[in-house]
Amino acid sequence: MAVCIAVIAKQNYPLYIRSVPTQNELKFHYTVHTSLDVVEEKISAVGKSLGDQRELYLGLLYPTEDYKVYGYVTNSKVKFVIVVDSSNTSLRDNEIRSMFRKLHNSFTDVMCNPFHNPGDPIQSKTFDGIVSGMMVQTG
Amino acid sequence: MSSDKFLQDYLHFTFIQSHIYELSRQRPTDRAVSVSVLEGMGFRVGQGLIERLTRDSPSFKDELDIMKFVCKDFWTKVFRRQIDNLRTNHQGTYVLQDNKFALLTQLSSGKQYLDQAPKYLAFSCGVVRGALSNLGLDSVVTAEVSVMPSCKFQVVIQKL
Repeated sequence: MAVCIAVIAKQNYPLYIRSVPTQNELKFHYTVHTSLDVVEEKISAVGKSLGDQRELYLGLLYPTEDYKVYGYVTNSKVKFVIVVDSSNTSLRDNEIRSMFRKLHNSFTDVMCNPFHNPGDPIQSKTFDGIVSGMMVQTG
Repeated sequence: MSSDKFLQDYLHFTFIQSHIYELSRQRPTDRAVSVSVLEGMGFRVGQGLIERLTRDSPSFKDELDIMKFVCKDFWTKVFRRQIDNLRTNHQGTYVLQDNKFALLTQLSSGKQYLDQAPKYLAFSCGVVRGALSNLGLDSVVTAEVSVMPSCKFQVVIQKL
């Protein structure tokens, strides 16, 4: 279960960002922002590498908190970032991959919506629903 | 499956016909605007299409790889054929030749409608341009017809 999910456009501005509304939400925004640098590094390092699913594993971003940040890039250079609490060790690689698949499918549907302009913030209720299904449920 | 094909062709044809009819009733200066409206519609459709079609395919290595994908998989899904001939000058210009373009087969071959053909191709040019733009390549796409129903799409990649 994720703590924060973000969709970043090709030009590196957020199309959609949603996090668990517990404490300081800006901290999650900052985490996502710094993870973008690592994503860029991985993209530019692609010579003969595998498909377009890249893992982004950052152990300890801050001394106080533990988070794992995963990244995924589509062929249209749209990036998905998922932040999970690393005390939640039951989350396996396969589950993260399937979360990204669901996100990608839902994002494709949003893109095909004729009322949606590419580059605008995502306002689809279906997309919101899919993301809520993946976030940590709080109270 | 073949009834799908008929419906899709007919729908596309009718949609362009109605737009073209508007075109013929306007002043010549407005016609260029209408054609670019058609192309703009194609652009948006191309963007959405490519998102769906590249969902499961691996990253593209370079520009030529992207153009090959457009010629094979993309063209097959959208126009039910593959491109017959791809030429390039390796400096950003590509010519895609389709000898039996699906949207021109309904017009009679021969010289009668040769000058009308470009209007019917504007939407498809837009689709190609939209697809390339979502893959990261800005381009200018034009089409020309010399012998129906074959046509050539010229793609010029804009370098920043």
